[in-house]
Amino acid sequence: MIKFAPQLINLFATLILLLSFAMISQRRIVTLINLFMIQGAALVAASFLLGYFTHQPDLYVSGVLTMVLKVIFIPWMLHRVIRKLNVRWDVETLFNVPTTMLIGIGLVIFSFSLALPISRLSDSIAGGSLGIALACVFLSFMMMITRSKAVPQVIGFLSMENGLIFAATTVTNGMPMIVEFGIALDVLVGVLILGVFMFQIREKFDNLDIHNLEALRED
Amino acid sequence: MNPLPAITDWVHLDWVLVVVVAWLAIGFMGVVALRRFRFVAVVLFPVGACFSLLLMAVALSAAFSGTETAVLPLGLPQLPFHLRLDSLSAYFLLLIGGVSAGVSAFAAGYFRQGEGTPPGLMCLEYHLFLASLSMVVLANDAYIFMVAWETMAMSSFFLVIANHRIPEIRHAGYLYILVAHIGALGILLCFGLLQANTGDYTFANMRAQHLSPFWASTAFVLAVFGFGAKAGVLPLHAWLPEAHPAAPSPVSALMSGVMLKIALYGILRVSFDLLQTRIWWWGVLLMAVGLATALFGVVFSTVQVEMKRLLAYSSIENIGLMCAGFGLSLLFSAYDMKALSALALTASMYHMLAHAFFKSLLFCSTGAVMHATGERSLGKLGGLMRYMPWVAWPTLVGALACAGLPPFGGFVAEWMLLQSFLFTTGLPNGFLDMLVPVMAALIALIAALSGYTMVKYFGVIFLGQPREESLSHAHDAGSWERLGMSWLVAGCVLLGLFPNQVIAIIDPVTQLLVHAGLAHTVADNGWLLIPVNVERASYAPAIFLLGILGSFALAFLLVRKLYHGRMRRVPPWDCGYPWQTPRMQDTAEGFGQPIRQIFEPFFRLKRHLPKAFDEQPSYKVTLEDPLWYWLYLPVATLVERVSRIIGMLQQGRIAVYLMYSFVTLIVVLLVVKR
Amino acid sequence: MSILGVLSQLLALVLALLLAPLLTGWVNQWRARLQNKSAPGLLQPYRMLHKLFNKDSVMAEHASPLYRTAPYVIFSCMLLASAIIPTISTDLPLSPAADAIALVGLFGLARVFISLAAMDVGTAFGSMGARREMLVGFLAEPALLMVLFCASMITRSTSLTVIVETLAHRDLAIYPSMLLAGVAFTMVSLAENARVPVDNPETHLELTMIHESMILEYSARHLALLEWAASLKLFAYSCVGLALFFPWGVAEANSPLALFLALPVLIFKLAIGGFLLALIETLSAKMRIFRVPEFLGTAFLIAVIGLLVNVLLGVG
Repeated sequence: MIKFAPQLINLFATLILLLSFAMISQRRIVTLINLFMIQGAALVAASFLLGYFTHQPDLYVSGVLTMVLKVIFIPWMLHRVIRKLNVRWDVETLFNVPTTMLIGIGLVIFSFSLALPISRLSDSIAGGSLGIALACVFLSFMMMITRSKAVPQVIGFLSMENGLIFAATTVTNGMPMIVEFGIALDVLVGVLILGVFMFQIREKFDNLDIHNLEALRED
Repeated sequence: MNPLPAITDWVHLDWVLVVVVAWLAIGFMGVVALRRFRFVAVVLFPVGACFSLLLMAVALSAAFSGTETAVLPLGLPQLPFHLRLDSLSAYFLLLIGGVSAGVSAFAAGYFRQGEGTPPGLMCLEYHLFLASLSMVVLANDAYIFMVAWETMAMSSFFLVIANHRIPEIRHAGYLYILVAHIGALGILLCFGLLQANTGDYTFANMRAQHLSPFWASTAFVLAVFGFGAKAGVLPLHAWLPEAHPAAPSPVSALMSGVMLKIALYGILRVSFDLLQTRIWWWGVLLMAVGLATALFGVVFSTVQVEMKRLLAYSSIENIGLMCAGFGLSLLFSAYDMKALSALALTASMYHMLAHAFFKSLLFCSTGAVMHATGERSLGKLGGLMRYMPWVAWPTLVGALACAGLPPFGGFVAEWMLLQSFLFTTGLPNGFLDMLVPVMAALIALIAALSGYTMVKYFGVIFLGQPREESLSHAHDAGSWERLGMSWLVAGCVLLGLFPNQVIAIIDPVTQLLVHAGLAHTVADNGWLLIPVNVERASYAPAIFLLGILGSFALAFLLVRKLYHGRMRRVPPWDCGYPWQTPRMQDTAEGFGQPIRQIFEPFFRLKRHLPKAFDEQPSYKVTLEDPLWYWLYLPVATLVERVSRIIGMLQQGRIAVYLMYSFVTLIVVLLVVKR
Repeated sequence: MSILGVLSQLLALVLALLLAPLLTGWVNQWRARLQNKSAPGLLQPYRMLHKLFNKDSVMAEHASPLYRTAPYVIFSCMLLASAIIPTISTDLPLSPAADAIALVGLFGLARVFISLAAMDVGTAFGSMGARREMLVGFLAEPALLMVLFCASMITRSTSLTVIVETLAHRDLAIYPSMLLAGVAFTMVSLAENARVPVDNPETHLELTMIHESMILEYSARHLALLEWAASLKLFAYSCVGLALFFPWGVAEANSPLALFLALPVLIFKLAIGGFLLALIETLSAKMRIFRVPEFLGTAFLIAVIGLLVNVLLGVG
């Protein structure tokens, strides 16, 4: 069974990459939140698996933390927010979907070629997934840049964080617990602040289009 | 100079020179019989075609024998012509001979009276063109190469402006000769670099030189620039879509089918043969340029509305794919992966031969359509299969071959090219390893788009209903035209069905250039094309074709036996709207509209939309080449400005000119005194 | 080339011919049941074919010989495709004649012929259908090729029989790139077989048709051949999917017993596949035509990422 470990980890890595790619080409916000939830679940499964194979109980704790936050709490909160603010569609993006996907492929090639020499040297059983995790981070970053409504941007931020945790987990078998807790707290606070922010934008401008923020600059 | 040896001792090079001299003789006979149209068309062109067949036979034999060289005492006193016939030259001579046989036969039936240039003069230019193409391939020093290259450019220029009374055709010719000379400049500079200050311009000397990587790279880039200008590679492609439609169809066929390949011969000769070093980024550069050209060409060809422009852009696409294949071969060669380099090289050379045949066939068919209907715009054609079956069915074969569909020649080349991309894991550079599958994906996309173009081409011209009333008077092709097109069809089909034999001919070429070949893996396998081993990949086009024909026949017979073959003819389904006209079919613009929408950033689009209150609403879309506005027009404006500044020297007063001489004399004396 | 090989080849051919309409009938049944309608019989496609063959062919006045021969050519292409895909056995003497790239070329040939036949009639519907079919094809064909290349890179071969044998014999290995390839393959097969969400095979509205508008003018035996060819195409795509992603149970050379076992395994796999197809069709809505290139472009890019993951993980 142990020899399946790298393959399973790589499988989950690929699943996370697939979900990142699907998120950048998705238009409906409800589906976006669901995809994010599945991505979180895949991350949790990968953490548990890695913890089982490398006999490191820290990863179990990290997995449970991720599950509580990323799979249960944050998606629930986001669903509530969008129901309250009544945003369902995100129609305008900076580039159109095909261009976004082409840029996505370019980012994937870039991150794979960056990670190729490292993965050939890595001892960890999941060394090959560094490139994939890096690609996820880049894709989520691009999602943050190209979307014009606030909720997809938040999801992009959280998904980027997913990618970073995955990279840390697979390459170095997890981070010290203190760092883990710190990051989790940061993310939680960040999401709460963003939630408040969104309510404020909505109140002031009556919709969640962040282009409205441009009206605030001094001319 | 030795007396001529007996005719039984003649080597292949001698026979090739016989053909060249014969073509020149035919050309001069044409000048003598300047306006004797029937003599030129029915006697001279077919005789030229016979000599093409002779050339093809000689080249086939020469491909397997060794290298032959000769020195002709023509030329300048200290610079005789050096000639060399090796396997690379033999392959290109085969291409020239094979294609020109069909095109000359077609031209015999094509040329009509009163087309601007007298027929005898056309005969001279045409055969001079053929002779100079052969001499380029035979050249073994830079001098005869440039002489033959320039002759080729000038004769094709005169052929392009055959109907010189029309201004657009003159403009197209001017653009053509301009870009050709810019390219020639690049080639001259490249040769200058290659001879490395030794003063000896023979290719043998150039092979012996060892240039530093910087100068070798400069020479390579100049070669790609110079030969690429003639081949129609981005960004020096703008002349192609103008010149090919302007020229008469047999000339377009020769230019597109043969001349573009000779430009690629130049790249091959310089980068694989004359330059001894190999640097990895040369291959990447060539691949990148090639793929950009191919994508550009195919996207533009899908949205064209004129027959010959569509085929011209399709030629640009195919040239790009060939360059990409050569680039891959160069890349493998730089990393010393000989077998893979040979595979990629074989694939591209196969593509060259296949493209020569099917593109000439398609251009010939446009000529026949233009003569029959007088139309060249796709918006005014349609339904011609009924009236011109002898043109339609060969065009179908050509279109299927161009789309890269089995079992024709284009598919074999594409198959081998994709195989060579697949084998590539193992390049030392990780980034390149990543890039190669992406390029394979791009090639697959380009091939699929070329299928789209060919469905549009064949469907809009030959299928459906005629879009104009006058099309019912279209007449079918004459017997010479049928003969020429049948020869080219045979070429397309045979190239598809007998890949092993053609690879056996290409093998000496790859042995020469990259010191590896496919023949020993391919030779023992009869019907199967197996590049490496059976477990890896195999393809048997003959069995493929038999399989399709067999099931066709079986299905037909079984249906007839078990059921029946009754049929009734009725008007087509009109969904309850009885006033259907042929204009309601898809136009050429309509068929290309989805591609125009998807690839919008590629085009410079001008759209005129009707407004809501227009009394007579109209809709107009023009598509232009953006590179024309970004590159050509700014360069032209700059050149004009510079020449205007220099033109200020021309004052027109004698006193000023005398003063120029006076000042020059004083300056020279001052300099000499130092 | 043994007797057993020839036998298994013939068996594969006959099986494809017989089972393809059955698969279509099964999918239609489940679609109806999932939509709470009463289902047509399982053997309905066979009855339909028989009815069509018996009818007189009604043809447009100015249809050319290409129009009349196209259905036969398309049918032959699909038959040859089914002959080279390892459905019940990998011992197929015809398989060296055509590998994965030739398979894609074969589908391309059929697509070009049906588009040309559609343009031949000269009405608005036919040429619109041809244009849309080529639009779907120009993205689906490279995507399918990339999916097959993913498998080829892993097994170091483009021959379908060798791919199946290698994948079936490897120790249970989970290739991440095959996950990506699987998603891309599903999207491509939905598009190429004219299924919801790309095209509704039951529609009667001409403006929404892609595949149906091309065969609008055909009748009787020509229509029967085209319908059979469409079923064969669905069968071929399903078998390619099974061969790439679930290759176990296919008989090898020189094992006649395995041949008998392979048949129920195939039927079982196809039944599940057909049910899943019907489920996907019921749960999705048909997308607008101008979204189809985005859909297929996503499939293409996912397949390319699969290739890149292969290179990254050092496979092949």
